[in-house]
Amino acid sequence: MAEEKKLLKVTIDNITVEVEPGTTILMAARKIGGDIVPPTMCYYSKLQNTGGYCRTCLVRVAAGSTADPRPMPKLVASCRTAVMDGMIVENITNPAVLEARKGVVEFLLLNHPLDCPVCDQAGECDLQDLSYEHGAEATRYEFKRRTFERIDIGPYIQLHMTRCILCYRCVHTANQVAGNREHGVLDRGDHAQIATYIQKSLESPMIGNVIDVCPVGALTDRTFRFKNRVWFTKPVDAHRDCPHCKGKVRLWMRGDDVLRVTARKDQFGEVEEWICNECRFEKKQVSDWVIEGPTRLDRHSVINAGHYEKIEKPQEFLTEVMHGHAARILLDIHAVSDVNMVDLNVINGPATNATFNGNPKAVGTNVTDVKEGKGRNVAGTDSTNPNTP
Amino acid sequence: MGRKLLLENAHIENIRLYDVYRQNGGYAAVEKAFKMAPADIVEEVKKSGLRGRGGAGFPTGMKWSFLAKPEGVPRYLVCNADESEPGTFKDRYLMEFIPHLLIEGLIVSSFALGSNRTYIYIRGEYAWIVDILEQAIAEAKAAGFLGKNILNTGFDCEIYVQRGAGAYICGEETALLESLEGKRGNPRIKPPFPAVKGLYGCPTVVNNVETLAAIVPIMNIGGEEYAKIGVGRSTGTKLISACGNINKPGIYEIDMTISVEEFIYSDEYCGGIPNGKRLKACIPGGSSVPILPANLLLKTAKGEPRMMTYESLADGGFPTGSMMGSGGFIVMDEDQCVVRHTMSLARFYRHESCGQCSPCREGTGWMEKILTNIENGRGKMSDIDLLWDIQSKIEGNTICPLGDAAAWPVAAAIRHFRDEFEWHVTNPDEALQRNFGLAHYADPIEVAATP
Ligand SMILES: Cc1cc2nc3c(=O)[nH]c(=O)nc-3n(C[C@H](O)[C@H](O)[C@H](O)COP(=O)(O)O)c2cc1C
Ligand code: SF4
Ligand code: SF4
Ligand code: FES
Repeated sequence: MAEEKKLLKVTIDNITVEVEPGTTILMAARKIGGDIVPPTMCYYSKLQNTGGYCRTCLVRVAAGSTADPRPMPKLVASCRTAVMDGMIVENITNPAVLEARKGVVEFLLLNHPLDCPVCDQAGECDLQDLSYEHGAEATRYEFKRRTFERIDIGPYIQLHMTRCILCYRCVHTANQVAGNREHGVLDRGDHAQIATYIQKSLESPMIGNVIDVCPVGALTDRTFRFKNRVWFTKPVDAHRDCPHCKGKVRLWMRGDDVLRVTARKDQFGEVEEWICNECRFEKKQVSDWVIEGPTRLDRHSVINAGHYEKIEKPQEFLTEVMHGHAARILLDIHAVSDVNMVDLNVINGPATNATFNGNPKAVGTNVTDVKEGKGRNVAGTDSTNPNTP
Repeated sequence: MGRKLLLENAHIENIRLYDVYRQNGGYAAVEKAFKMAPADIVEEVKKSGLRGRGGAGFPTGMKWSFLAKPEGVPRYLVCNADESEPGTFKDRYLMEFIPHLLIEGLIVSSFALGSNRTYIYIRGEYAWIVDILEQAIAEAKAAGFLGKNILNTGFDCEIYVQRGAGAYICGEETALLESLEGKRGNPRIKPPFPAVKGLYGCPTVVNNVETLAAIVPIMNIGGEEYAKIGVGRSTGTKLISACGNINKPGIYEIDMTISVEEFIYSDEYCGGIPNGKRLKACIPGGSSVPILPANLLLKTAKGEPRMMTYESLADGGFPTGSMMGSGGFIVMDEDQCVVRHTMSLARFYRHESCGQCSPCREGTGWMEKILTNIENGRGKMSDIDLLWDIQSKIEGNTICPLGDAAAWPVAAAIRHFRDEFEWHVTNPDEALQRNFGLAHYADPIEVAATP
């Protein structure tokens, strides 16, 4: 007779839930859902042995279990602590937890460049969300921040180490998904860095997944670099018959153009199924894909914010408020530029003034050019940044 | 004269050699232990009350009894010889001058725990000691105390020496195991504890050099006899490495019955403070433990004399006490500057943090920068509170105790020497010129009524 597994009762912020033995506090909280789920920056449920590093998911265990109801002496990382029957956990109901979390956010931001305005991750960055929800308004850090040179590790991925929060997710991904780790953490302490050994490139056919797991903008897609802000692009679920992976992806579209391909992510921002480099970097035509339909996003609301169908300009009311002046739209995003009637979608790469000088295809070197040794980037500098020669 | 158990024979010429060591009663403990059942040895160690000498002071017998013993899985004993705590240099002395004591202790312990492959993980900078240990191992093997079927008991044991690369963090037991496995020395997230899943995923015991050496006298005189030395739960003898402003820096074996005052001022031990200076402060147990001003060092907040025992040094908890730690006894006279000292400790911890968890990785660097500013006359009053806040957000929120070890010295320095920090802020020029802070901490001063 198969023995029935006994479920464990755990109470998190006064809500009780029953879970299987071996479940972590974090996963129990995710089962409950809502505000009581601790934020995570390094844990990744789809990978083994992640978590424990960033300390944002700290909670207090007010009672260890029914058998031993003593509280745990320190705050614990909920992502690495298994629940016991009768455990009582405090997350947002305990001011000490919130204070410690605020401290962790401050530490994470200490050496972070806060260059969100030029970062491709902005809008889908876990660190942005975290600091918005749990951080302080201002930093108390008065020193120079640690900086690193930006490097292109291979044709597809750019490493901006300055933004890295050393969550080790990409290291675990390379080990467990790409199967062949060519990068890792070098040095230690606050001078530790993600690096390849003597700047080799990352070449494993599944390595592109490190971009998706990176919670910040430290690893970004060179084929998408500076193409657009994520909240102006429209996520669409699509699939194709791929010989290397399941081929289930999310396309980020602007008009009819596929600007970026990523894996599909769940409500906690975690990849559902890993995708291969070919799907991610090489298939940028709509015709490569079978479109399933628009993605329902509920987590990163900022991405949703850009998705209006048409612009309704408020009329009567605004004129009144503005003392009789007509309303002006500050940022009106549409495919064809109002000013010089260039279709923004046909610009191949970032726009500069040359783009608008009559020849919409005048500028822009993209990754394909680089790989073929053409374009401005033969020197190996940043391929798509208009500011670097 | 206190009783000596570890260093009793250390002065004998050529004790480093097997023959000399053997003539002086060496390896009797192995012979005795191999006639016992392993579980009885563990019982004997429990009776002795021996507490780990690596810093945490965890009862060794209890640690050994936690070792999981699943069928068909090897068990390992690992000797922690990474000794990198500033102020601590006792293990070095033991290994350098009487290496066979450690080897003997390791053989007994390996037998008790069932470890057929035992490792000594030694700090990379102790390169010459590796040769000494390897020679001792070879001699013990030649004499039949190591290798296959030792003393016809059917027990096999090999001891290997592995050099680290000079990282303080590799002294933390799980980082040590990672490093020993050939990986980056990052502490593991616990649980699982090494007793269940340690080296190569097998049950493992990690003990300090001095702890394992102390197994030899415990075997020789018996656990009960050993427990009679010392006071209360501080049994046996402890090596103290004394340094700083004292007349006779060095290694002292104490039997944990003497007072701190006696230890500093008597001629048998440190021999007092040189140049007629007065005592200002002391870190009694290695750089990670809280610093104490002279008044709280010599007497507890209750007004009792402070003794050189685990309990007495910790009396008063963090507000007015400190810890035995690893026995690195650092004495500071009235000319020393606490701010400067705290700054250099902060620099150490910043440099040695492995960088896994964010509070320690970022917080240690931040503290160092602020302390550097204060020390160099660029500090602000608000920096002192900020420092306090930073350390409180590191402490207890990290993976391994290095975060705590970085936070405690800063906390204790501010707690006991706040006006010295303030003086650096208000008198920046003077602080730069004559860098010894405020001398009025020097003894004798009254214990504050409400600490
Ligand atoms: C950062 C750090 C450094 C440590 N360094 C050492 C060391 O150098 N030597 C040592 O014996 N224990 C060191 N320890 C303590 C070990 O983790 C462990 O507690 C000890 O080896 C256990 O041995 P014991 O029970 O014999 O004391 C260190 C701990 C930490 C957190
Ligand atoms: S590069 Fe990204 S995924 Fe990798 S450790 Fe840094 S923040 Fe984490
Ligand atoms: S506390 Fe410091 S040394 Fe320990 S794991 Fe965290 S970062 Fe590494
Ligand atoms: S998510 Fe738990 S420590 Fe980072």
